[in-house]
Amino acid sequence: MFIRHETLERNAFLMLVLTLLVISIGGIVEVIPLFTIETTVEHVTGVRPYTPLESRGRDIYVREGCYTCHSQMIRALRDEVERYGHYSIAAESMYDHPFQWGSKRIGPDLARVGGKYSNDWHYAHMANAQSMVPESLMPHYAFLAETPLDLDDLLPRLKAQRAVGVPYTDEELANARADLLTQADPAADNAALLKRYPKAVQVGRGGAEPTELDALVAYLQVLGTMVDFADPANENLRQ
Amino acid sequence: MANAVEYNDDVVKKFVIACVFWGVVAFLVGVVLASQLAWPELNLGLSFTNFGRLRPVHTSGAIFAFGGSALFATSFYIVQRTCHTRLFGGEALANFIFWGYQFFIVMAALSYVMGYSQGQEYAEPEWHLDIFLTVVWVCYAVVFIGTIMKREEPHIYVANWFFMAFILTIAVLHLGNNLAMPVSLFTAKSYNVASGVQNAMIQWWYGHNAVGFFLTAGFLGMMYYFIPKAANRPVYSYRISIVHFWSLVFMYIWAGPHHLHWTALPDWTQTLGMAFSVMLWMPSWGGMINGIMTLSGAWDKLRTDPGLRFSVTAVGFYGMATFEGPVMSIRSVNALSHYTDWGIGHVHSGALGWVAFITFGALYYLVPVLWKREGLYSTKLASWHFWIATLGIVFYITSMWVAGIMQGLMWRAYDAFGFLQYSFSESVSAVHPYYVIRMLGGVLFLTGMLIMVYNLIQTVRGPARQSVSPMMAEA
Repeated sequence: MFIRHETLERNAFLMLVLTLLVISIGGIVEVIPLFTIETTVEHVTGVRPYTPLESRGRDIYVREGCYTCHSQMIRALRDEVERYGHYSIAAESMYDHPFQWGSKRIGPDLARVGGKYSNDWHYAHMANAQSMVPESLMPHYAFLAETPLDLDDLLPRLKAQRAVGVPYTDEELANARADLLTQADPAADNAALLKRYPKAVQVGRGGAEPTELDALVAYLQVLGTMVDFADPANENLRQ
Repeated sequence: MANAVEYNDDVVKKFVIACVFWGVVAFLVGVVLASQLAWPELNLGLSFTNFGRLRPVHTSGAIFAFGGSALFATSFYIVQRTCHTRLFGGEALANFIFWGYQFFIVMAALSYVMGYSQGQEYAEPEWHLDIFLTVVWVCYAVVFIGTIMKREEPHIYVANWFFMAFILTIAVLHLGNNLAMPVSLFTAKSYNVASGVQNAMIQWWYGHNAVGFFLTAGFLGMMYYFIPKAANRPVYSYRISIVHFWSLVFMYIWAGPHHLHWTALPDWTQTLGMAFSVMLWMPSWGGMINGIMTLSGAWDKLRTDPGLRFSVTAVGFYGMATFEGPVMSIRSVNALSHYTDWGIGHVHSGALGWVAFITFGALYYLVPVLWKREGLYSTKLASWHFWIATLGIVFYITSMWVAGIMQGLMWRAYDAFGFLQYSFSESVSAVHPYYVIRMLGGVLFLTGMLIMVYNLIQTVRGPARQSVSPMMAEA
């Protein structure tokens, strides 16, 4: 060997520096280019930040640990595409802080669950999953329907996301509360909401104030619906 | 031999007790979760008893509380013996590390059940706790490296190379993966700085190397001390130690992308991850060979020393899991195995077979030495522990192999007309019997653990040792 290993064994400092060097290389090579190579995240039309209500629903998705049983990543495999829809592309989770691709399917993938079931189905399913799917192993989340959604820190939450790169505009932040209430009330006029956030699904069952379950259902209903894969502008994604 | 050195064994004892305690907790929560998957009514529908919130309690409990306490105990024990010097930094700092780390664990577990989570596997604690853990970890590094610096031995022993690599790399990983923007100073909620595909890569760079450095490098350090010690033989090959140490720490870091095969992660990254994961097989087996071959000429000790039996079986499981891992990291195998229970089985052959068994071996060795007892209260009970726990692992991993491969095959099965043959829910019903078997495996493993707890308590309560037998002599 070109250096005697004994030298390292006698010098803790040298050993530490060399170890640090050796463990840094792999991470640098694999992580840095993902931020610099242009094609890592596709340029597609349709991907937008989550509405305030969807974003709060996502917080609840993270809080309850849904990722421990559900993936949000359809792999580019024939059976997955047939079961769940178009394989997931990187652009679809570009505003996901943190990503929720998951690693285990105790339940099915949710990357394109949006629009697959009605709001009513989701409300019934979240309260008692076995009432809709008898084989299901999912816990009951009836308590979400009884918990009013905490709106006090809505703005700081959206601003924190803006600070890490989610492009919320000043206008969107100024209207955050109003947009949230509109989306949680099926009777409200949603023209302004849809202008800011296309494809946002109105939820709610006419209650006095939005619940955590309303937020979660709004989030589930938008999953995988933002990119229109039939749009010729997104043609170049086909492999 | 300089025996005048007064070692700080107080902190080692504390971590030993913590390790045993958290082991029981982590295995118990594991059994609860396994039961919930077999009988979902056991979720009870309460926010804090549901699977999603309890699962991080189990994973953090097993990795960081049980495994972490084992690593602190053994690294502090080993570094003092192999450097012939007392722990650097004094009593107070060592005690701060102990209580600080225990505080972190309790707060993390409480925060999960109360609904605070960063939503990234094995990195769930929110930002306040991350910062606090960083402080504790820096103190740990100072004490450990400080002890190495003031060593009375010219060479740094091989176990300490692994411990240093583990401490250093975990610090880098922890800081790299937890960069997040808090909602406010007073809110335990933050948003990770990275998003989507980059976040995924960073998370599995962290996640896989939590396995590679926390659960492998650190525990190899344990192997390199306790197996030669208990077998009373020198390490088999000095050359293998050098080659497998440097290749292991270099290659592990690259292996993360195999958690993201066929996903939106670019192909080049997946391919790199796969290539290094397959190569990683060699340094892993280098460690296994070095550990097992150390018993050359001392194999008879396996009959009489149940602690050593645990350590050597652990190395066997290590060899098995580090062969299975590279196989599963091959993209075409991963297409079948990913998202299924095969992954869960693989993790547990490492966690139960390797991590827990090598820890049990160390505990059976350490408790009589630390509490200055003649020997274990009962080697017979330790033997019972060994066989019950081994049977538990066999139940666990075989049921998960069957369940996982079945899920993978059902998800991709086509009928004669070219349609998908099974709905997702059919694959859920099909694995129910295996989930019950897995739960029984967990119960067996927990039972073995409780036998050990009784055995160790009786050992401590037993008579103090009268004479210094050669095996107990501190070196």
